[in-house]
Amino acid sequence: MMEILIAILVLGFLGLLFGVGLAIASKKLAVQINPKLEEVQHLLPGSNCGACGNPGCFGFAENLLAGKTALDSCRVCGDEIKEKIAKVMGVALEKQTKKIATLHCNGGRGVKDKYLYNGIDDCISASLVLGGPKSCVSACIGFGTCVKACLFGAISMSTEALPLVDKIKCRSCNKCVLACPKKLFSLVSVTYPVYVGCSSHDSGREVKNVCPVGCIACKLCEKACKFDAIAVLDNLAVIDYHKCTSCQECVKVCPAKTIGIRE
Amino acid sequence: MNIQEFLTIFISAVFVYNVILSRFLGLCSFIAISKETKPALAMSSAVMFVIVASSAITWFVYRFLLLPFGLTYLRTISFILVIATFVQLVEMVIRKVSPQLYRAFGIYLPLITVNCAVLGVAVLNIDMFFANGKAVAGSFYYSVFQGVCVGLGYTLAMLLMSGIRERLEFCNVPKALKDFPLAFIIASILSLSFMGFSGFKF
Repeated sequence: MMEILIAILVLGFLGLLFGVGLAIASKKLAVQINPKLEEVQHLLPGSNCGACGNPGCFGFAENLLAGKTALDSCRVCGDEIKEKIAKVMGVALEKQTKKIATLHCNGGRGVKDKYLYNGIDDCISASLVLGGPKSCVSACIGFGTCVKACLFGAISMSTEALPLVDKIKCRSCNKCVLACPKKLFSLVSVTYPVYVGCSSHDSGREVKNVCPVGCIACKLCEKACKFDAIAVLDNLAVIDYHKCTSCQECVKVCPAKTIGIRE
Repeated sequence: MNIQEFLTIFISAVFVYNVILSRFLGLCSFIAISKETKPALAMSSAVMFVIVASSAITWFVYRFLLLPFGLTYLRTISFILVIATFVQLVEMVIRKVSPQLYRAFGIYLPLITVNCAVLGVAVLNIDMFFANGKAVAGSFYYSVFQGVCVGLGYTLAMLLMSGIRERLEFCNVPKALKDFPLAFIIASILSLSFMGFSGFKF
């Protein structure tokens, strides 16, 4: 009987000592936190992608409450979440259309090989060897460095060895744009479906020799566009999205089917 | 208390009875946080700190509370109490003193509470440095030193593992073996090689 009593007393004493100690410590060492901070942080995606320019979602929440960054700079969370955050903050939300990553190369397996690459399965290391195994310097190498870079699983490789961007999953975080050694990605607003599927600045004949779908700088699109929105600059068609009305005239006339419509 | 004793503790805790690779303690963090070197190092330093401090505190609890009252059978539960409280306290202090460090540790600090390596060392200290219900001469220093050495052993294992796994990222691995299966295989091979320090016993 005594033994049990002693055991209970000693352990109880130990527990009480620690409990009181912790209670005092938590009072003394309490850190004042803005209650909004936790709420905002809870609403944020928590992917810590850094696309907003802050050190992770927590940094974003901190700077947002300090007024150092705009709510709009978060590219990942959708309008619904942004509205919720705006409600927590007590401010109105300025809307922005969603952008999705777009690949400016349709080459894929159709581009001729320059040499047989046998090394690390990674676009960056492949591009270090004579600018990559493809004959076209601006062609997608197809090892899927962008797939690995995507935090949201929005990019997958197609059978053509080209990255496919999932429109819904893409959060326009810019990671793939930065990851691609050939700089083939750009963020294009969802409201503009027309895009140029080539990044090569080589002359028309050189492009034709290595790739069936590259821009040959024939300028047919330039002539077809009624809004002056597309121009061939340095052997490559470039769309000015400020002027583009998505009438798709350029898509119809393009002989190499370089200009296309995003699915 | 002499140099030789300390050297024996060092060699046995770091290599021969490496806490992860020979004693198989604290395996969850070893597998989970060894994908990159940097977090692995952060985790190792946190574990080392907690192990050293908890071996000191548990020594006092055992020597001055459990032994005099004849409650040695309560050591597991009281040690867990000590470790959990201590980790909680450390978390509060770090949060107050350095929010940056707090953020860097993130989930690792609470994870240490349930890391069996910490409890393992505390129990091991009692087993090794208490004989016939009495503390061996200099047992407190031995305990703390063993804590440091086990922490070093933990760091060594984490560094080895994370270094290998970092390089593995660039290899073409069969899909079925990707990530954890391969990590287990590597861990077992590492463990085998550490067994070489003591020789096989069947």
